[in-house]
Amino acid sequence: MEITLSVLLLFMIFGAIYALFASDLLSALISCGIVGYGLVICFLLLRAPDLAIVQIVVETITLIIMVAVVLDSTRHDLREKVLIREKGNSYINAKYVFNVLTVLVLALFFLFFFNQAIDKLDAFGEHTTRMAKAYIEQGAERTGSANLVTGILFDFRGYDTLGEATILFTAVVGVLTILRLKGHK
Amino acid sequence: MQGMSPIVKKVTQLVMGFIFVYGIYVITHGHLTPGGGFAGGAFLSGTFILLVLSFGSNILNLRREEEEASEIEGLAIFTFLLLAVVGFLIGMRVFFGNFLPKGQIGELISAGVIPLYNIAVGVEVGAALLTIFLALVIYKEEISK
Repeated sequence: MEITLSVLLLFMIFGAIYALFASDLLSALISCGIVGYGLVICFLLLRAPDLAIVQIVVETITLIIMVAVVLDSTRHDLREKVLIREKGNSYINAKYVFNVLTVLVLALFFLFFFNQAIDKLDAFGEHTTRMAKAYIEQGAERTGSANLVTGILFDFRGYDTLGEATILFTAVVGVLTILRLKGHK
Repeated sequence: MQGMSPIVKKVTQLVMGFIFVYGIYVITHGHLTPGGGFAGGAFLSGTFILLVLSFGSNILNLRREEEEASEIEGLAIFTFLLLAVVGFLIGMRVFFGNFLPKGQIGELISAGVIPLYNIAVGVEVGAALLTIFLALVIYKEEISK
């Protein structure tokens, strides 16, 4: 399982690096999608199907919205590209064959890992709750907090809370940026 | 934004302090009773939102308050992160490590750094919600001008 996970992570890193150096926004977005869907399979491999479902939904919605925005803002460039392509000789040349092959290889790659991850999941209704049991039994003793929820939230799951606080911070920064008619001087 | 009727203003004056103190109570007793930083922070911001809604305010004052709330929010999240890093540097050497003595379970000063985390998150949530509200109010005023 560790090998599968490392291969996936390597793949995601390549996707992220390609997104940085891509020539146009659309291909950068698609390679970001590789990172997102790779994360889905990582979650499945680590036996967290709930997170995987959330990640699929969020990733798909964001990707669709971002692709719509990119297509809308770069419509002129795209139309020019299409015109240039129609002037060329034929659709079947080395570039298109390469593109189709890449898509097929990526799809098979994801399907293979998805299949492996699904096989490793627990049977329906028999999920592993080892961590939850440990939290309930040793929570008060190990955190010293009488309120178990706060003990878990700020001690065992400190990273989660940091993420939540960061999300709130980012939301505020976003609101302040969008709702500003005149820029700061 | 225009203020509301004198009845609303009087009730706000009477109730506001209690809500604020209750918010502080929820934050500081987060490790003992239900609640904590997130819930208590919402109380704190609710107090100020109630004040702005009932009394109304001119836009210049609001803009200064918005800036201050934004600064306080940044400082609070920085404190939160700083506590986590201090936990990494001393004690068990774990990020988010609990480096203070745990004390007696059920007392106000116990559970090590958890109350400090609660206070930082409470201030952060309160300032964040207030900033968003003030940004929306200022935007509406600027649009209607």
